[in-house]
Amino acid sequence: MRLVGRRLRCVRGGREVFSDLDFSVLSGEALAVTGRNGAGKTSLLRLIAGLLVPAAGQVAVEGGSDELTTAEQAHYLGHRDALKPALSVRENLSFWRDFLGGARGDTLPALADVGLDHIAHLPAAYLSAGQRRRLSMARLLAVRRPIWLLDEPTSALDAAGQALFARLMDDHLRLGGLIVAATHAPLGIAVRDLRIGGPA
Amino acid sequence: MTALTALIRRDLHVALRVGGGALIGVLFFLTVVVLMPFAVGPDLALLKRLGPAILWLGALLASLLTLDRLFTADHDDGSLDLIVMSRTPLELACAAKALAHWLAAGVPLIVATPVLGLLLNLDGAATLAVALTLLAGTPALTLTGMIGAALAVTMHRGGLLLAVLVLPLSIPVLIFGVAASNAAISGADAFGAPFSILCALSLASLVIGPVAAAASLRHGLD
Repeated sequence: MRLVGRRLRCVRGGREVFSDLDFSVLSGEALAVTGRNGAGKTSLLRLIAGLLVPAAGQVAVEGGSDELTTAEQAHYLGHRDALKPALSVRENLSFWRDFLGGARGDTLPALADVGLDHIAHLPAAYLSAGQRRRLSMARLLAVRRPIWLLDEPTSALDAAGQALFARLMDDHLRLGGLIVAATHAPLGIAVRDLRIGGPA
Repeated sequence: MTALTALIRRDLHVALRVGGGALIGVLFFLTVVVLMPFAVGPDLALLKRLGPAILWLGALLASLLTLDRLFTADHDDGSLDLIVMSRTPLELACAAKALAHWLAAGVPLIVATPVLGLLLNLDGAATLAVALTLLAGTPALTLTGMIGAALAVTMHRGGLLLAVLVLPLSIPVLIFGVAASNAAISGADAFGAPFSILCALSLASLVIGPVAAAASLRHGLD
């Protein structure tokens, strides 16, 4: 499958963020969106996720499911972790697994994959920033979606966490997934660069 | 269906745990009603006459207090983005959230009513009548309030805006809720007519509320 954006134009609060942006990502490929602060990296991800409406142009998935929208085939890992502090680590993950339509079953394997199985019963309120990130990553594993939209995915992760995430992304690409990541830091996997908003 | 039950269960869990909204609503209801006899004075006949109105006002304000967090909490932690993106229609997700809110914040108000009726010198039958009208009317409060909550989250203004938007919409519910209660208590007027209208308001808001809230959330995406 192929994720394509054509002549995208994004306007936020009356200000043009970017225009005439084209990109294309194939299965098994990762696109790293780079650019200075405010260049529109997050806006681009939210456009693809359908959370922002483009002022012009369109985003399309070619060769994916005909019945599902781009957003419905995508995981969005944003700045905010979508975790409820009052719920335990396991409850948070089970909720998203059920809500997003993942296969039923134990969530512990996904938690073990991101190294959180030993604190499955701890309320998410007590997690560190890095642990919250890891729990969000577990969501990507618990429910299979071909498109991963990642916004600064490695922020707050320690070196081991970054290596772990690089491995998970690599596995995802090998299984035919595709990744669009907004990032400043190297992701640790082979990526193609998309620079927006001119030189830094 | 799994998605919706998961959403309802999560919202109930969050509301019922420490720091959740459910208890706050009941406590506020309790406070408003308990304060009334002190403000009105020890005139038992007057209290009895005002009783249904006080209980209804208390329930209205308490539900307003908890509605504020209905979408704001999900917006602040990023859950709302994922709910909007999901394969579950947003209208159904809104309806599920409204149901969870009503179960966590509306039902406790109804359960607390008999206890509070004692403080307002209402006899058993009168308290039952008020509880019954609250049962029929609080869904309308939640569902119309949800529209305001959705608008408030897209405009990044909580609290006060919600009250200004929602209170006018709640006036019909308040009128017919108190009218039905009074009719049941005094027996002078027919109970059926205002009670039917109250039920109709709840049913109409069940149709309009989720659609309007979902439209507002979609329109206000950013």
